[in-house]
Amino acid sequence: MSAFLTLMRRDLRLALREGGTTGTALGFFLVVVAILPLGLGPDLKLLARLAPGLLWIALLLSALLSLDRLFHNDAEDGSLETLAMGPLPLEAVAAAKALAHWLTTCLPLVVAAPLMAVLLNLPIEAFGPLVLTMAVGSPALSFLGAIGASLTLGLRRGGPLLALLVLPLYVPVLIFGVTALTTAMRDGDMLSPPFLILLALSLAAGALAPIASAAALRANFT
Amino acid sequence: MSAMIDLGPHAAFILWAYGIAAGVLACLIGWIVADYRRQLRRLAQLEAAGITRRSSRIRARSKVTQA
Amino acid sequence: MQRFANPTKFMSLADAILPWMIALAASLFAVGLYLAFFVAPADYQQGETVRIMFIHVPSAWLAMMGYSLIALSSIGSLIWRHPLADVAAKAALPIGASFTLLALVTGALWGKPMWGAYWVWDARLTSVLILFLLYIGLIALWQAIEDPSRAGRVAAILAIVGFVNVPIIKFSVDWWNTLHQGASVIRLDGPSIHPSILIPLLVMTAAFTTLYFVLVLIAMKTEILRRRVSALQSARAGGAQASAVAAE
Repeated sequence: MSAFLTLMRRDLRLALREGGTTGTALGFFLVVVAILPLGLGPDLKLLARLAPGLLWIALLLSALLSLDRLFHNDAEDGSLETLAMGPLPLEAVAAAKALAHWLTTCLPLVVAAPLMAVLLNLPIEAFGPLVLTMAVGSPALSFLGAIGASLTLGLRRGGPLLALLVLPLYVPVLIFGVTALTTAMRDGDMLSPPFLILLALSLAAGALAPIASAAALRANFT
Repeated sequence: MSAMIDLGPHAAFILWAYGIAAGVLACLIGWIVADYRRQLRRLAQLEAAGITRRSSRIRARSKVTQA
Repeated sequence: MQRFANPTKFMSLADAILPWMIALAASLFAVGLYLAFFVAPADYQQGETVRIMFIHVPSAWLAMMGYSLIALSSIGSLIWRHPLADVAAKAALPIGASFTLLALVTGALWGKPMWGAYWVWDARLTSVLILFLLYIGLIALWQAIEDPSRAGRVAAILAIVGFVNVPIIKFSVDWWNTLHQGASVIRLDGPSIHPSILIPLLVMTAAFTTLYFVLVLIAMKTEILRRRVSALQSARAGGAQASAVAAE
């Protein structure tokens, strides 16, 4: 467990020192949300109606952006192979890295989501449910994304391929995330079935995705 | 051709569906057969050039796995 | 099982059964198409467009069965390192993707007269579309990785991850679709299908399935040959290098 935390702390420190990733993800989130009304028109009623779906799609795309760096640096300098031989199983390494991705990319996006919601005229009562559903659903994005990152590790056109592989896997998270949000907005019921399913998706992804990630990483070593 | 059955008001959709299915399947079959022939030809060329070393090794190895 | 693991054995076995399978597929298609056009009556709800079902349903079945086969082969190649499982998982990809595309296109051509639109975000159409995306992703991954053994293992992992996800995606899309009740007046799964429609449907499904396995077997043979060719080529390159070194 302490090795797990050490690895996560190391990844967080690296991300903070390099800066970049969090800022880029936030900037991308903003630019996607800013560009949507330009395509859809400035009708505030229409934007308010579409806002839950648009915000979730923007979250998906922004979370995707930094995924291809998830294992990249560690694979380049060989520290990934060192980690694989260390005391920590590779599954735990993958999980630690996915969690670090969540903390450095998804969590800032979730915190910034209400600001983006203002741009799309989402009612202010919905801000709480928005942040809550995104906080509960986004770990699934990081864990599923880690599978894609390990599959495309070291490939030349890795970035676009990663998006192609991972976005179909994000479909359930998107559907239940938006449904949980709209249910909470309509009925004021936060613990609705879609919300609980969203939570289950995150937990299942957290439990199972590191196994697939680790298997893909091992395939890359040989 | 009065023997042709009447496909009703949506005949065009039915014929398009069957036409596209025939086209896609013809392309798929053509591509798979052409690819098969291409690999056969390349293998024959290589073997004609006297490079059978590796393939005979494969055969030798497969005999071992059988045993 | 180990008996079929030998590619050379597999090649001769495939050569022995392929002519029979091709003949079977051709006759099933002849009977199926005759039944589909001249025997099956127009449906009382769908009219003549029910004839599109005779190619749509088999394509959709092969789209799903094809993906399941790829996932099973992937398990075989990852766990037992079965050499043919890897070949099968790769060879079946473009074939499964083609049938998935056919299911989508024929579904759209059925939807226009029935639903008034080529594309409806019906739960089934949507899940087949996502299945198609999974196929595309797998093909792209195979193409992106040059080393075939690494590509095989990585693609196998993705195929299994996709396989675990397919029921979840289906469940989520069903949920989503009941929320946004679509314009689906006629559903594809009627309570019971009349034998006059069911029998042509079954014959066409058998014809498509036989064709599928014929194509998969040929594509597997091709893949085995391709690997032999590249092994020979690298042997030749190695030989050329050795003789160049010897000449110096």
